[in-house]
Amino acid sequence: MVAKEVTILCKTGLESKMAAKLIQKASEYESNIWIQKDERKANAKSLLGLLSLGISPGDTITIITDGRDEETALNELEAFAKNGMTD
Amino acid sequence: MSNGTQSVRLGKIVKEFMLEKLVYAPEFDNILVTSTDINRPGLQLDGFFEYFGNERVQVIGKVEMTFLEKMSSQQRYKSLYELFSRGIPCVIIARGMEPFPEMVEVARKCRIPLLRTPEVTSRFVGNLIAFLNVELAPMETMHGELVEVYGEGILILGESGVGKSETALELVKRGHRLVADDLVEIRRVSSKTLVGTAPEVIRHFVEIRGIGILDVKYLYGVGSVKMTESINLVVKMELWNPQKHYERLGVDEQYTEILGIKVPSLTIPVRPGRNLAIIIEVAAMNHRQRKMGYNAAETFTRRITEDINKNRE
Repeated sequence: MVAKEVTILCKTGLESKMAAKLIQKASEYESNIWIQKDERKANAKSLLGLLSLGISPGDTITIITDGRDEETALNELEAFAKNGMTD
Repeated sequence: MSNGTQSVRLGKIVKEFMLEKLVYAPEFDNILVTSTDINRPGLQLDGFFEYFGNERVQVIGKVEMTFLEKMSSQQRYKSLYELFSRGIPCVIIARGMEPFPEMVEVARKCRIPLLRTPEVTSRFVGNLIAFLNVELAPMETMHGELVEVYGEGILILGESGVGKSETALELVKRGHRLVADDLVEIRRVSSKTLVGTAPEVIRHFVEIRGIGILDVKYLYGVGSVKMTESINLVVKMELWNPQKHYERLGVDEQYTEILGIKVPSLTIPVRPGRNLAIIIEVAAMNHRQRKMGYNAAETFTRRITEDINKNRE
């Protein structure tokens, strides 16, 4: 299991469409992927949990990956999140 | 996983107990209460501050009031100042009693909220502790569904895409209730009880792949949802693994540990054509029957053993 902190900079925060993009990206990997904000942790491959975190611009989240491709998944998702949820 | 220090905003306590604000400012709403314990500051008013828990809510009842009444105005001011200047979250006067002018003055000076309730002291303290126990309980979020089936709270766990939401929907259709979809907030409210609820923003919404977001309360009515439910049984759904051994008899009980509490659990293999809603229904009924004292697996095993012994004679 590996983890990294990322600050969300996109202006809208993680609203529905942004979340959908993140889920699509996360679903490319075999590993289990989690997004943690404060005390809550949600599965990055499903929409409702991710939206319930209420991630606003400037919030720091932790990406946690666990599985065979955890390193690749973590690095690529970090870059993806830093780039405003685009490749 | 989170198990850190929980806190509750003073504003929420004021609202919940409809406390009267004697000395208050809007920013006091954000004062955080972190202790489930409450202090009646009798000894402290007499100047004894050893082992004083300054993080606790201070409740003043008839005893404390009468004690203060016996003092001179100057003594009262000094004694109250000692208490109020120790960084306490707030002071609540019970029984709707009138505060002394020195008390209001000291509260203003130290910027400590002074509140009042009409309730009797011990009853108020009891209610406040019960409320704080729930609000400050250790919390963990889990990815899964929480449903109530025949009165049993069932937490369905499993990887994304295994069909948890679909199963929950089928259970709702069959007359059971949905508590949470996708993310369940679980609180340990006592040393034996776990209570689950949904985060408020996504409460009673379900995501079904291919359709999108559904509002269960709107579609199936208020009878199909529930706000909170205690967790009695954990059901783990996983794709059928031919190499894995699945429970056949059900004599040995399996457990899953959540926030330090062991909850009975089952692992159900998923394969096309298996109606999981029916399996969960029957698991709930079986669990219920066990709680009521009848264990089908044990009875069955005993009968077989008796039969073998009879044949041997």
